[in-house]
Amino acid sequence: MPSFREIQEELPNVLETNMTPRLELRHICKRYPGVIANDDVSLSIMPGEIHAVLGENGAGKSTLMKIIYGAIRADEGEMVFDGNPIASHGPSVSRALGIEMVYQHFALFESVSVVENIALSVSGKFDLTVLANRVRDVSKKYGLPIDPHRFVYNLSVGERQRVEIVRCLMQKPKLLILDEPTSVLTPQAVIKLFETLRQLAAEGCSILYISHKLDEVQVLCDSATVLRNGLITGTAKPKQSTPIELARMMVGADLPETHLDPSTTSDTPFLNVNHLTAPSDNPFGISLNDVLLSVFGGEVVGIAGVSGNGQAELISFLSGEVLFKGADTITLGGKDVGQLDAGYRREQGLAFVPEERLGRGAVPPHHLSDNAMLTGHRLGMVKNWMIQRGKANDFAAQIIRKFNVKTTGYESAANSLSGGNLQKFIVGREIELGPKVLIISQPTWGVDVGAAAFIRQALIDLSRTGAAVLIISEELDELFEVCDRLYVICQGQLSKSLDRKNTNVEEVGLLMTGLNNNSNSDNSKAV
Amino acid sequence: MRFQIERRAEPSSFMRFGAPVYATFSTLVVSSIMFALLGHNPADTLFAFFITPLMTINGISEWLLKASPLILIGCGLAIGFRANVWNIGAEGQLVIGAVCASGVGLFYPAPESTLLLPLMVIAGMAGGMVWAAIPAFLRARMNTNEILVTLMMTYIATLLLSLLVHGPWRDPDGYNYPQTALLPDAAMFELFDPMYRLNTSILITVVAVFAMWFFTERSFFGYKMSVGGAAPLAARYAGFKQSRSIWVGLLISGGLAGIAGMAEAAGPLGQLSAQISPGYGFAAIIVAFIGRLHAVGIVLGGLLLSLLYLGGEAVQLSLGLPSALTSIFQGMLLFFLLASDFLIFYRFTPSPKPTKGGVT
Amino acid sequence: MDLFIAIFTGTIIAATPLIFAALGELVVEKSGVLNLGIEGMMLVGAAVGVWVSYAGLPMPLAIMSAAAAGALASLLFGVLALTFLTNQYAAGLSLTIFGTGVSAVIGKGFGSAPIDALIPLEIPFLTEIPVIGPLFFNYDPLVYFSFIMFGLISWFLYKTKAGLVVRTIGESPESSHAIGYPVIKIRYLAVMFGGAMAGLGGAYLSLAYTPLWVENMTAGKGWISLALVVFAAWRPARILFGAWLFGSMTILQLQGQALGISLPSEVLSSLPYIATIVVLVVISKNWQFLALNFPTSLAKPFRPAE
Repeated sequence: MPSFREIQEELPNVLETNMTPRLELRHICKRYPGVIANDDVSLSIMPGEIHAVLGENGAGKSTLMKIIYGAIRADEGEMVFDGNPIASHGPSVSRALGIEMVYQHFALFESVSVVENIALSVSGKFDLTVLANRVRDVSKKYGLPIDPHRFVYNLSVGERQRVEIVRCLMQKPKLLILDEPTSVLTPQAVIKLFETLRQLAAEGCSILYISHKLDEVQVLCDSATVLRNGLITGTAKPKQSTPIELARMMVGADLPETHLDPSTTSDTPFLNVNHLTAPSDNPFGISLNDVLLSVFGGEVVGIAGVSGNGQAELISFLSGEVLFKGADTITLGGKDVGQLDAGYRREQGLAFVPEERLGRGAVPPHHLSDNAMLTGHRLGMVKNWMIQRGKANDFAAQIIRKFNVKTTGYESAANSLSGGNLQKFIVGREIELGPKVLIISQPTWGVDVGAAAFIRQALIDLSRTGAAVLIISEELDELFEVCDRLYVICQGQLSKSLDRKNTNVEEVGLLMTGLNNNSNSDNSKAV
Repeated sequence: MRFQIERRAEPSSFMRFGAPVYATFSTLVVSSIMFALLGHNPADTLFAFFITPLMTINGISEWLLKASPLILIGCGLAIGFRANVWNIGAEGQLVIGAVCASGVGLFYPAPESTLLLPLMVIAGMAGGMVWAAIPAFLRARMNTNEILVTLMMTYIATLLLSLLVHGPWRDPDGYNYPQTALLPDAAMFELFDPMYRLNTSILITVVAVFAMWFFTERSFFGYKMSVGGAAPLAARYAGFKQSRSIWVGLLISGGLAGIAGMAEAAGPLGQLSAQISPGYGFAAIIVAFIGRLHAVGIVLGGLLLSLLYLGGEAVQLSLGLPSALTSIFQGMLLFFLLASDFLIFYRFTPSPKPTKGGVT
Repeated sequence: MDLFIAIFTGTIIAATPLIFAALGELVVEKSGVLNLGIEGMMLVGAAVGVWVSYAGLPMPLAIMSAAAAGALASLLFGVLALTFLTNQYAAGLSLTIFGTGVSAVIGKGFGSAPIDALIPLEIPFLTEIPVIGPLFFNYDPLVYFSFIMFGLISWFLYKTKAGLVVRTIGESPESSHAIGYPVIKIRYLAVMFGGAMAGLGGAYLSLAYTPLWVENMTAGKGWISLALVVFAAWRPARILFGAWLFGSMTILQLQGQALGISLPSEVLSSLPYIATIVVLVVISKNWQFLALNFPTSLAKPFRPAE
């Protein structure tokens, strides 16, 4: 792509060009068996610059950031920090240099307190009292309130991210890396995070901001490097670019669109939840409080909310993986199923795609034919207690063909597929069961844009054949794209039903922060 | 050249078969060194260990006789292990099986009856199952770790056996040896040839091997159990009941161990004694692992371990080496086999040459 | 009164090998590794202790050799479980089988030959106090050492940064790796520490408790130590309590006749095993309580991303 390189050279830097770059990467390569995660990647970031690394899922952004932080090793290439070549480094060397990273899925420990978590990455004397005071100071300075003595399992996801950021700021970093930081935040919290980041940049800290969200990058970042399939496909000044230009660089084509046709819904709900209240039996879990939910045939219903607000618990009750010991609370097609297990509910026409693909939605070492049988066995694959292997193979092949799963065949192991392809396989399997009700959690996590659009359209199409579809997702854009109605979950409570046409991102965002206007810090449980 | 470890994109099917060969080879190499250090010629010792025992018909008979219980128990254990049901107490179930069967053999009112032997098989199986049912119940209902419970049950079983053969069941004419009277003839498995000890109980093992193959490879229930073992959350997701896997895994393995114990009493021993088993219940765990929890592999593993027992005895007699060498061999073989499994999923590749100032 | 003193001191002594082995395993499990090979490591420690002592070397050297042998044996497990990512159940079992064999070979030469036992320390004045002296100040040095180890381990796990690192690796090796801790190296150290402690426990059996070498002399004490860790819900103080409970069961069997119990010895001998099962059942019903201190990554293979 020589043309993009030229653009990079032509554009004057917004900051003084004679300064030493904070960080320079030159020709970084990282290969995994069968994949090149980073192919000849070079980039440079100045002190105080907020630089976006833009790319869709699987483009190689996270790999690149982990290489910078030293959590994984590059095969080739060099890294220069403040003008000094860095020969070999691990995370502790990075921290000594002033490089800090906020992980997408956090590197926190639930069983210990905030201050203990922070102590693990701060050098010096192990004195928790002194450290707690420093934590308070830093969190006050940057408007990130946290109580250092609370246990992490008691914190909401947003609070956990604050802990991660404060942990980084304790070291007065020169370069802060954030990996998809907004996926766990409400729209309002995103605005606050951006304020903090701008404050940091103004103090001279460079920020590498990894994202696949164009609007955020345009609001926040001074410059951007775009990755696709491990290659740099361009650099840009996001504030001066149009979303369409950025999207083309990122996806290589225009963003696909889904079609949401109008539909007629059934008279009675296919799936109904009537005043579900369930205290958590796990000290690390969330209690559900008076959940009311109904999904009718012919519609797509979404549940929005930041992860960790009771979605996992609610889904387990709906799928039958955890039984509910109360009558007439969970009904499927009018039948009380609360005390009946997942197998029975599937016989009643329920299908389900969990967010964990490996180990829950699929058996990692088993081949696809066996994995097709996992829930597909009811389609005549068992006769006299014996497996009808041919039928299972046919079913797997049918899924692979219809859902365009990239694999060498139904004899490939599930854990040899990429995340996106495995998701297509599992979604395909559940749709091919011809369910009356489909529950799907985080349908497009880690899936590339093309496959995500394909999955979303498949879900809409399924509902338009008369099935009830319930989607649980963190991605508001996705829910607004495919849902007829929305609920919002927060701290184990579900909002009233919202018609997509009569609501907006702001209203949903407010509901995500708390239904009773109580802030996140009020959810402390008895410890 | 330096090497690095790399995860294979797909598990290697070549290594699935190659790994056991590597493991056996490594065991032979290390044991040769060990023999040399002990002052014995490695080649001669290995010959005495592995070849000499099989050069007579009696040797072959003894070989199969010892392999039979190992394979029988190994098949049962493997069914459980596939489902993450860890019955480590087959030794105890074997003992109880022998106790129950001997009880029937000694006290059945019609000692001449042709029903006696089948009744003893049933009693042995039932005894093993009951002993395994206790940990099964505790795991399925109370979520109690079955590894520890099955082991504790083994110690209790051994004490129970000791109590019986030292006390009420001791043969009054047995010169105070801790053993019962001999079982009646009708209680004994028939010998293939009166010259050798191999008996018809091996047919039970043959049937069990085929049944086990069918169960694990072809039956839907076997499939469900393997899902539970490989990914418990996926099993729950699909609605496969874990408690059934626990019950089936423990009852089958307990029942087969019970039959194996019964066949010892009703075969080579001919009575119940304090030393009913030379550790078959524990060795069968190794057999199951060496056999990769697979019917064919278990047969091969059982034959190999049986040969280790015979070889250990042989070198003890001919070369004066300690018989405990057998268990070192067992441990070493298991060690290498487990380690070589790594090669199925990973491979060694030459490290890429670091480039100038490379980020490493 | 004499009987009470005998039962009390007997309990403390019988609990000592369990305390060593269980405290060691606690540290291993806190780091997220489950080593089922305690029985094997104890046996190796017991045999090596006797071997060195039999060779005429001083007692402290025998004890240290036993610990070193236990640590060395644990490396077998470590290589399998940590480097080759073997199923930890299988790796631990193979260590037990291997250790049983190795200890039998080592112990072959001096089967049941009596050796000079570790004797109780005479502490000036304290040992002579009536009742108190015999109850608390009439033990061999290893008994006192087990209490020191208990204090050290409790302090290490909950008051030091290194202990925090071990505990957090046990919760999430992925996160520990992400913030730069050498997870595998630390787990190796934990496993070797556990091996050394199991070796000490074994040495206590063969050098102080019995004191002689008998094949398979641990008779399940390694497994009981494993159960103790579960019973203790992964907390050091409860290990002491549990070990005394099991110790008292063992003593009941030895003092059964003195107490006027006329049951066959086999019945009394089975008490510790039955107690283990009962205790496991009681504790596992209350898993909410267990969850708080449970090392979440226990027995899950981990390999750092590269």
